[in-house]
Amino acid sequence: MKPTQPAAFELRLYVAGQTPKSLAAFANLKRICETHLAGEYRIEVIDLLQNPQLAAGDQIFAVPTLVRRLPEPIKKIIGDLSNEERVLVGLDVQPVTA
Amino acid sequence: MAKKTAPTADSPATLPKSPTGINGLDEITGGGLPTGRPTLVSGSAGCGKTMLAMEFLIHGAIQFGEPGVFMMFEENPQELAANVRSLGFDLEELTAQKKIMLDHVVIERSEIEETGEYDLEGLFIRLSYAIDSIGAKRVVLDTVEALFAGLPNHAVLRAELRRLFRWLKDRGMTAIITGEKGEGTAITRYGLEEYVADCVITLDHRVTEQISTRRLRVMKYRGSLHGTNEYPFIIGAHGLSVLPITSLQLDHQASTDRVPTGMARLDEMLGGKGVYRGSSVLITGSPGTGKSSIAAKFAETACRRGERALLFAYEESPAQLLRNMRSIGIDLAPWVSKGLLQIHASRPTVHGLEQHLVMMHDTVVAFDPAAVIVDPISNLTLSRSETDVKPTLMRLIDFLKHRQITSVFTSLTTGASATEGPEDSQLGVSSLMDTWLLLRNVEFNGERNRVIFVLKSRGMTHSNQVREFVMSDSGIDLVDVYLGADRVLTGTARISQGAAERAAAELRAQDHQRKLRQLAAKQKALDAQIAALQAEGEVGEAEVNFAIAQETLLTRTTQQAADAIGRLRGGGDGGKGGAKPLRGIR
Repeated sequence: MKPTQPAAFELRLYVAGQTPKSLAAFANLKRICETHLAGEYRIEVIDLLQNPQLAAGDQIFAVPTLVRRLPEPIKKIIGDLSNEERVLVGLDVQPVTA
Repeated sequence: MAKKTAPTADSPATLPKSPTGINGLDEITGGGLPTGRPTLVSGSAGCGKTMLAMEFLIHGAIQFGEPGVFMMFEENPQELAANVRSLGFDLEELTAQKKIMLDHVVIERSEIEETGEYDLEGLFIRLSYAIDSIGAKRVVLDTVEALFAGLPNHAVLRAELRRLFRWLKDRGMTAIITGEKGEGTAITRYGLEEYVADCVITLDHRVTEQISTRRLRVMKYRGSLHGTNEYPFIIGAHGLSVLPITSLQLDHQASTDRVPTGMARLDEMLGGKGVYRGSSVLITGSPGTGKSSIAAKFAETACRRGERALLFAYEESPAQLLRNMRSIGIDLAPWVSKGLLQIHASRPTVHGLEQHLVMMHDTVVAFDPAAVIVDPISNLTLSRSETDVKPTLMRLIDFLKHRQITSVFTSLTTGASATEGPEDSQLGVSSLMDTWLLLRNVEFNGERNRVIFVLKSRGMTHSNQVREFVMSDSGIDLVDVYLGADRVLTGTARISQGAAERAAAELRAQDHQRKLRQLAAKQKALDAQIAALQAEGEVGEAEVNFAIAQETLLTRTTQQAADAIGRLRGGGDGGKGGAKPLRGIR
């Protein structure tokens, strides 16, 4: 029985162009979401090279950064998301043991 | 807004510099901070790093036409704007005019979870965006150490910082990086000086004996000559103010103009005309000898000539000073209201000595006086050693001499006895002074009187006399001292001696008159004698003349008679004189 997540996740991934780190982060993110969030999520990828002015809004200084906008409170995770455990802790997501 | 052109280097070989617009800092650095390179400003909390960086940006935007980006990691923009507003800068206005851009980077340790590899490209992007949006030439990062506190992976951070500074250089940004002072000899806590090595400025805020002093030091400046000493600075009403180094070169001009002191007899003692313009005068003496009075008289004299005078008073309030001087006939109030005299009074313990110096410097530059009086300087050194005071005073005097300002300093000397060597000046600064007037109390015959003498006066002949100095309702002046029985006489002794001498002179005069009269009488008698003799002579002469006439008459008559007889006796004239032989008696 899958434990129900509290609400839909709105995630924003900030990258700077198509660097290996960015691609890895995106791939990792998709995988984690598929595994643990089961459809109750929305990912938005923001390329800071295209939209530099958005960096200040969410206080981004490291790249890649994943911001959990919903549910509140806002959480930030930096790195290419290769450490799944830390990602889950950071997102405050109950891991789903598949 | 007028665009001030940045001062260019003397020769093309020197480093291009960006002026900071901060009083004195541009002089010390020889033009400003290195253009297109990062400068590290380190100091402990509250030293003024943020203030310095902010002024660098603001002056750059307003005066030199270089917009700037301020990236802050600790304060938020509202706090910064409020702090800066007290100095008269409106950050919001400048931001609206696209001259300054503020970016607050929030690093919340608890919010951050490291989940893999990352870099700080986000920071680069933000900075780049900010620079491009206003065309910035100047950047401030205040303070990057917040990144060290926020991000656990210091290896990545250091690599990225190295990249950032190189990036700033590549973009030609003149940047200031602020950092916390490190422990011991380290310049910064996290060793930022490894990456920012072109120019390092350290700020210091010391408290010694309850008085705080701020100091600035250009520790390193690659490719440029700079003063390496510590310079005092203050954070005043208009921002930072550093005392520049021009003093260290003894190359000021020497004027030959003479400035009267206001007391004619004192001017006579000083070679007849007074002190040289631009020279330094020290007036020392025990309490109550009249040092402040002489200094005030000097100020008044300057004002009378139409020159501006500045009086720094460290013992009396301006009102008290005016009142006291009025009682001896020196009215300073009209000069104050005319704007020719400014009196600045404060207790010396309010600030550190260096702060006083910086304030004096700024006041002199703003007011541009011809004479500066500091009354007294002995107060400034209450709890400090001589070694501290002398360099500071040296700077002040050199600065004043460069501007050809005549300066008068009064100093209290301890030791009321007239026999104690007056040369043991409390401060040992007499070597900095060109003229030294010493006032002393002399005790004789049951009273104390003031005397003044010129201990030294460089460059002119001066009197070695000890003169009595008198203060009365009508003013202050010198009186001649009477010497009697090898002792200096002052006060009533002088007066009585003067009276005695006057009486003696009167007596002598009368005696002289009497003698003259006597001689005149004698002369008269002689004259009468001469007249009598002359009369006798005349009588004798008349007698002689008569005798001659008689004789002549007699001779003639006799001859006539002989002629007549001759004629009667025979024919022919009787011969002329002489007996003639009778011709034949018939």
